[in-house]
Amino acid sequence: MATYFLDITREHCPMTFVKTKIELGKLRIGDILNVRLSEGEPLENVPKSATEQGFQVISVIETETKGIYNVEIEK
Amino acid sequence: MSEEKQSKKLSIIAFSGDFDKLTAVFTLATGAASVGYEVNLFFTFWGLDAIKIKQGRSPVGKGFLPKVFGIFMGGLKSAPVSRLNFLGVSPKIFRYLMRKKNVATLEELVEAAKTLGVNFYACEMAMHILGLQKSDFIPEVKDVLGVATFLNLSEGGQTLFI
Repeated sequence: MATYFLDITREHCPMTFVKTKIELGKLRIGDILNVRLSEGEPLENVPKSATEQGFQVISVIETETKGIYNVEIEK
Repeated sequence: MSEEKQSKKLSIIAFSGDFDKLTAVFTLATGAASVGYEVNLFFTFWGLDAIKIKQGRSPVGKGFLPKVFGIFMGGLKSAPVSRLNFLGVSPKIFRYLMRKKNVATLEELVEAAKTLGVNFYACEMAMHILGLQKSDFIPEVKDVLGVATFLNLSEGGQTLFI
């Protein structure tokens, strides 16, 4: 089981979703991807689409930077 | 849930070869594919320019007139913007702005679409008119289709014409 990190705070639509999807595609069962993302559309939709695609969203926690969140996703 | 996943489908008829409209096509395609949609892109008429192997101005096509068209229209790299093209200066400005503002360029979106397994199809009739063959297109083009097959593919999902 490995843990990976992805920062999409500087990305814009649709690359926020594209980069997350590509990273999620690399996970093996039990692996975790931590996605650092901004509030708004990425925060609303990245966890939702990960769940819809069969991944488990373990936590959504705001970081020390206001408006930036860490989403922990497990395959 | 797997049934729900399968019913999510977006099919886009990419008619335009314009830079801005192709950007819309590939933004929607990659965004939808990223959130679990099956995506079908059906390239027809000027849209076929986007999937040519030769991305610049080149005499692609069989016969004299198709070759002339090929030179004038070019491929992805020579796509004009639909308004205020200024003889091809505007697409260069757009590319510069997109890079500067950290927005994916058209080329990056096309590469992402390939990586995400977006389905590329070419229109048989438009290819016939423009003297183009499947071998003139990037290998990601899965098949050459007509209307009936496209309707079958797009059935049960959302369809857009751009």
